[in-house]
Amino acid sequence: MNLIVLLHTQTDGSLPKAAFEAVTAAKQLNTPFAVGILGANAKAACDQLADAGATAYYAAEGDALAQPRYATDVAAAVALVKAAGADVVVAPQTLRFARALPGAAYRIGAAVDTHVGSLTAEGDALRVQRWFYRQRILGSFTRSARPWVLLVDAGIFEPFTAGAGAANATVVDAGITAEDERTTVTGVQAPSADGQTIRPDAKLLFVAGAGWTKKQGDGNMHLDEAAATITGFLAKSGASLGSSKSLVDMPEAAKVFSFMSHMNQVGQTGSTPRHPKGLATCCHGEEPHVVGWRFINERRAVNTDPNCGWAQGKADVVYVADAFEVMAKVNALMGQ
Amino acid sequence: MAYQIVVCGSLVPDPLQTLEPVSTPNGPGLKNETMLPSVLDPWAACALYEAAHLAESVAGSKVYLVSLGPKAKLQQLMMSVAQKVPFELVAVDGSASGFTDAALVAEALAGAIQSIPGLDKNNLLVFGGCASASRDAGVTLQLVCERLGIRDFFMGVDEFKVNADGSFSVLERMEGGCYQTSTCKGAPAVIGWATGSLPEPPNNPRVGMANMRLVMPALMKAKPAPQIGVGGIAYAAAEVPAQKRDTRVVKDMSTDDIAKEIVEWLGK
Repeated sequence: MNLIVLLHTQTDGSLPKAAFEAVTAAKQLNTPFAVGILGANAKAACDQLADAGATAYYAAEGDALAQPRYATDVAAAVALVKAAGADVVVAPQTLRFARALPGAAYRIGAAVDTHVGSLTAEGDALRVQRWFYRQRILGSFTRSARPWVLLVDAGIFEPFTAGAGAANATVVDAGITAEDERTTVTGVQAPSADGQTIRPDAKLLFVAGAGWTKKQGDGNMHLDEAAATITGFLAKSGASLGSSKSLVDMPEAAKVFSFMSHMNQVGQTGSTPRHPKGLATCCHGEEPHVVGWRFINERRAVNTDPNCGWAQGKADVVYVADAFEVMAKVNALMGQ
Repeated sequence: MAYQIVVCGSLVPDPLQTLEPVSTPNGPGLKNETMLPSVLDPWAACALYEAAHLAESVAGSKVYLVSLGPKAKLQQLMMSVAQKVPFELVAVDGSASGFTDAALVAEALAGAIQSIPGLDKNNLLVFGGCASASRDAGVTLQLVCERLGIRDFFMGVDEFKVNADGSFSVLERMEGGCYQTSTCKGAPAVIGWATGSLPEPPNNPRVGMANMRLVMPALMKAKPAPQIGVGGIAYAAAEVPAQKRDTRVVKDMSTDDIAKEIVEWLGK
């Protein structure tokens, strides 16, 4: 096996956390590996991994690669893999690589598999586990074809703890043409620090369901109160906010819950984030929603229906109670 | 500039169905797969609605739906999908299983796109979902992109705006709830949609009637794609892991005590 760990820098030249996790994924295969990095200041970034035990370091950098863009990233990835003569590529499942590496795989005649959750070596063979049907069926398989590009999901492997040094990386020409630069990345739209409710590194996923918008005991909806309670809890707990599809699709909610969008949606047509703990409130429904917290370790729910599909057999604890009242008390206690 | 907008979208099991994997001579499959109710892949459906919206706003544009699946199931699916927005169906008769190899699927889809009469790559936009609800790999569109010789691909797109000079701007989802904003000089391009911003259109019988006039002939002409299977993947297992938890149901605790217990749990 001729292995390369393929990574990219962020726009500021640093390596994302997922890059260090991919290094761990490669190291646990106990086979020699090279490191290839593309993006802004890639050569300097190789130095961050100088003590990773790689046999060689390759970098592709330059103005064109400072922009996370499909065509240029594909060209650079192809150049790096070819320079290393690699037949197995392990890379992090970042959005930048999820976009570009399948295209690179095509150009080098490689097979490609994404969302890899487990990667083990059995002699020269590699065994991969990944989910199918949106985290509902777990598949385990191998491929004899080489080259093989594997994108490893974030949050699976411990990040490699790097010690800096001199990697003496070989700079590789990505062979970028004008046609590769038809797209210009113009910027990033990010909510303000206070308005950011998606926090991948948070210890808790707080899931808000459509129950927050239902008529309460007095026959009225309490959307403003719901919004204040949810944002108050997010501020105090530092939790990441998830939502059910039924809530983000609701026009009434869109007006008041401005801190929430389709990007918060978890489940069948949303994301499946990884957090140590999850607290679901006012959620209802069955399998399509439950996949949203497939990768949450400890789970609790507050729900008026003890048989709710979100909770029964899925959560460790379900509190049969009014989430408005419970979360208001939780906020009060956390504010003390 | 009028666009030819080709949407790649296949069928997937209705998300409300319980899925049970079984072994078949051709690799893993789903129990009663041919009987399971199907829907248009949710993200591909978003792509279809966005394509129809774009075609409506750019005069002379046309939407094609390239759909791979067993012909009989595609016919069932079209009874509902055809009522949503105007399109012309290009059907490919083959497996829609999530266990198939994306490379083989991409080969069939690219071939179907190239077979569209009068296809002009300079006006071509290929839309699809950023991933399917079956394989969920998010690679097929890039492989189609490469096979068609297109250089510009965008993934997890929630907004696509055509500018006055023919260029277009996109918002692509990034980690941490951010968007990357980009401008591309123009078609051709491949767009992998996330949810976009449009609601599901209501059923429109008039649109349905118009679509169905072309759907039946398209299904009759559907090219068989028997090569679509697991390809070079050697499956060792496909299973639903037992994840049932012993849920502790707390019914008679006061709100104060529940809140206290939650706060203590959060602090651990």
